[in-house]
Amino acid sequence: MEKHLNEFAVGEKGVVKRIEGEGKIRRRLFDMGVTPGADILLRKLAPLGDPLEVNLRGYELSLRKSEASCVVMEVKNA
Amino acid sequence: MLKFALAGNPNSGKTTLFNALTGSTAHVGNWPGVTVDKKEGVYKKLGSPVAVVDLPGIYSLSPYTPEEVIARNFILDEKPDCVINIVDATNLERNLYLTTQIMEIDVPVVIALNMIDVIEKSGDKIDAETLEKRIGVPVAEISALKDEGIKELMERAYGAAQKKREGTTVLANSALAHVINDVKIALKGKNVENPLFHAVKLAEGDELEVGAHPDEMQMVAEFKKQFSDDVFEGDFEAMVADARYKYISANFSQTVTRSQKKEGLTKSDKADRVLTHRIWGIPVFIVILFAIFHLTFGEDLLYLNAIFGFAKDISTGNEVLDAFAAVFYSSAGISTPGAILFNLMGFITDQLGGLIATGLESAGAAVWAQGLINDGIWGGVAGVLSFVPQILVLFLFISILEDSGYMARVAFILDRAFRKFGLSGRAFIPMIMGFGCSVPAAVNTRTLADEKERVMTNRVIPFFTCGAKAPILAAVCGGIVAHYTNIPISADLLVFFLYLFGMVMAVLMVMFMRQTSMRGEVAPFIMELPAYHAPQLRNLMAHLWDKLKHYIKKAFTIILASSVVIWFLSNFNWEWECLTVAEGEVSRMSESILHDIGTFFMWICTPMGFGLQLGRYGWVFVVAAVTGLIAKENVISTFYVLAGAIGVGVLGVAGEDGESGIGVIAAFLASEDVGITWQGLIAFCVFNMLTVPCFAAAATVRAELPKGKFRRTVAFWLLTSYLTATALYLMFTWWWTAFVVAALVALAVVYFVLRNKGMINFGRKKKAKSE
Repeated sequence: MEKHLNEFAVGEKGVVKRIEGEGKIRRRLFDMGVTPGADILLRKLAPLGDPLEVNLRGYELSLRKSEASCVVMEVKNA
Repeated sequence: MLKFALAGNPNSGKTTLFNALTGSTAHVGNWPGVTVDKKEGVYKKLGSPVAVVDLPGIYSLSPYTPEEVIARNFILDEKPDCVINIVDATNLERNLYLTTQIMEIDVPVVIALNMIDVIEKSGDKIDAETLEKRIGVPVAEISALKDEGIKELMERAYGAAQKKREGTTVLANSALAHVINDVKIALKGKNVENPLFHAVKLAEGDELEVGAHPDEMQMVAEFKKQFSDDVFEGDFEAMVADARYKYISANFSQTVTRSQKKEGLTKSDKADRVLTHRIWGIPVFIVILFAIFHLTFGEDLLYLNAIFGFAKDISTGNEVLDAFAAVFYSSAGISTPGAILFNLMGFITDQLGGLIATGLESAGAAVWAQGLINDGIWGGVAGVLSFVPQILVLFLFISILEDSGYMARVAFILDRAFRKFGLSGRAFIPMIMGFGCSVPAAVNTRTLADEKERVMTNRVIPFFTCGAKAPILAAVCGGIVAHYTNIPISADLLVFFLYLFGMVMAVLMVMFMRQTSMRGEVAPFIMELPAYHAPQLRNLMAHLWDKLKHYIKKAFTIILASSVVIWFLSNFNWEWECLTVAEGEVSRMSESILHDIGTFFMWICTPMGFGLQLGRYGWVFVVAAVTGLIAKENVISTFYVLAGAIGVGVLGVAGEDGESGIGVIAAFLASEDVGITWQGLIAFCVFNMLTVPCFAAAATVRAELPKGKFRRTVAFWLLTSYLTATALYLMFTWWWTAFVVAALVALAVVYFVLRNKGMINFGRKKKAKSE
């Protein structure tokens, strides 16, 4: 099933399919390892509901929902 | 001398390695044109000394952040003899992503595989030999924290620096290999240095490269036309990033063998269960923040005295001894560490000042010379030194938060709230530090990645009422309450409202700037949350020493000079006659140049309620505001000095202890010769809160702003404080003016909203008033 990363529930896992959006944000996502094929686990939400904390490539990354909406994921059922 | 550059991800242990390599030879400067630290030092344990330059921590050599551009230009243009690429072994994949980019440059590279101790401790294994074989450059295992393997690393770097190295790429087998190779050959034919690096960047469509090599860009464009691909739809930038990560996971990731026991939560995860908890995250943060402020500024340790009420002043009969005892313990309670250091500095400067004063007197120095040295020079120096202890303590705590990894969580917790008015969560720390002192607060803005955000934060930091401005608020509010005995509000509440007002102004002005001069999106927030680790004493001390040096240098140049100038203006008249009087005599400041300047500028202050409408002693307010530029403490002390000169008796008012200013303010309110109203006093107070901060803070802000932004910032402070104080004075004095002010503000808001939506356009000829 295809889903955007910002629609994930806490604890949900998936694989990156592609990155939408453009320019700076897109490149920044690539540089931080959010590339097609990367496994991502949504770890938690910040106290005010945004940003998100995800685990990928063995480290913790924080990004806003607006930026996470650029990431198209294939949901993996654990 | 050979020159090595240190490159790597943030949080990879780069600073620790740099400090271990260079020790006391390190010094910090700025990269030209940007507020990014440039650290340099010398490594002496090889045959000949080696210069080491610490490049900013980066994740990539993309052209999007100043740090990345600095690092990339340094390696390309300054041609270091070797690049030491520090790689966090616990996070190999993402760290090697940068490595694959650095390796495309024609420069010797050595990899420092850091945090080997952490790997060993967790039971993981890393096969450095295989890694070295596959990556093609020397790999040295080190632990920067434990000082292990560093000598070997430097020896290998030294060896690598003896040979030339040609760039290699992991993209050789990717779909883009062909075009990259063609472009490289073309560039080589033109004798361009680092042809491979430029070829890859051109393929990526890198902004910095496209303009520089238009012909070769044409080749990429041609290739793009024929290229078809479903996944990336011709987005080469994405393809390159993807190919790098694919190569890394295919070739390097297996060099790490994870131990079986994994899957459980690491210590860092456990800490985060509390520290970034959905419900407890924010309360815990508030407690931490409160504890830091308490330990830095509190005079009653853990509120023991407030609870048990045991403290009293020590009196032994010896004045010096009493003063010394009061450093640690007084009727307010047991001092906190910050307060002890603050008191100690005060004690030392008092004693030294006393020695200088008696020395001058017994040497028979002229009265003006005594005044110049005691008040102008020593007063300025002592005033600045008095801030140092608390700045250092505050910095120490903040550095601990920063070093441990908690600061990234603070940004994480608060980002949502701050984005609403155009800042990221990170901006909260410098703002809240502003309540203590604007100087460390401004220095802390350096950690804000976005330039607009940094400028805006620096501009509103003074609105967070600092420790030195607090007495002005206390005096004005206390004085008003003491004079108008029948008003239904307590002085404390009034002070609280003023504090709140400053914060509201900060928020409003940030929003205003976002709509006008600082338009644009909030900077993206895609940030690593590094694993927590214990902060390191050596790093903390190096950090503190840098800040201290910076501040002291300013204290003895600009701040001292301005202090002397203001002393001169307040102690001389136009005939160059010295007006300094011996202690105990009535001040003659009312004849000084400063008085005339103050009188001259009174017309400007009229709309704010402390100008021409005042009586013949009304100039004290203008003069006090000017002396407040040296240090805001001066505002109240100037009142005391001048109260004698203008013959206003300080009343016996409750809360008056000779320093609080409450009595002076009450006396001013009562005196017809002064003629100030409470409305004017509130406006005066607000003006001081929002206007140009003290010289020390202004100089620090200047250093943190990009070039050319300081003049506008000063104008911003002056305009904001002036208009706000005027509006408040008018509204409090004639209630109906509130409608006029509200209408003007509404008009301005509508104007900017419409203009930003493109519905009206008067060009840029007129800027509406701000409020």
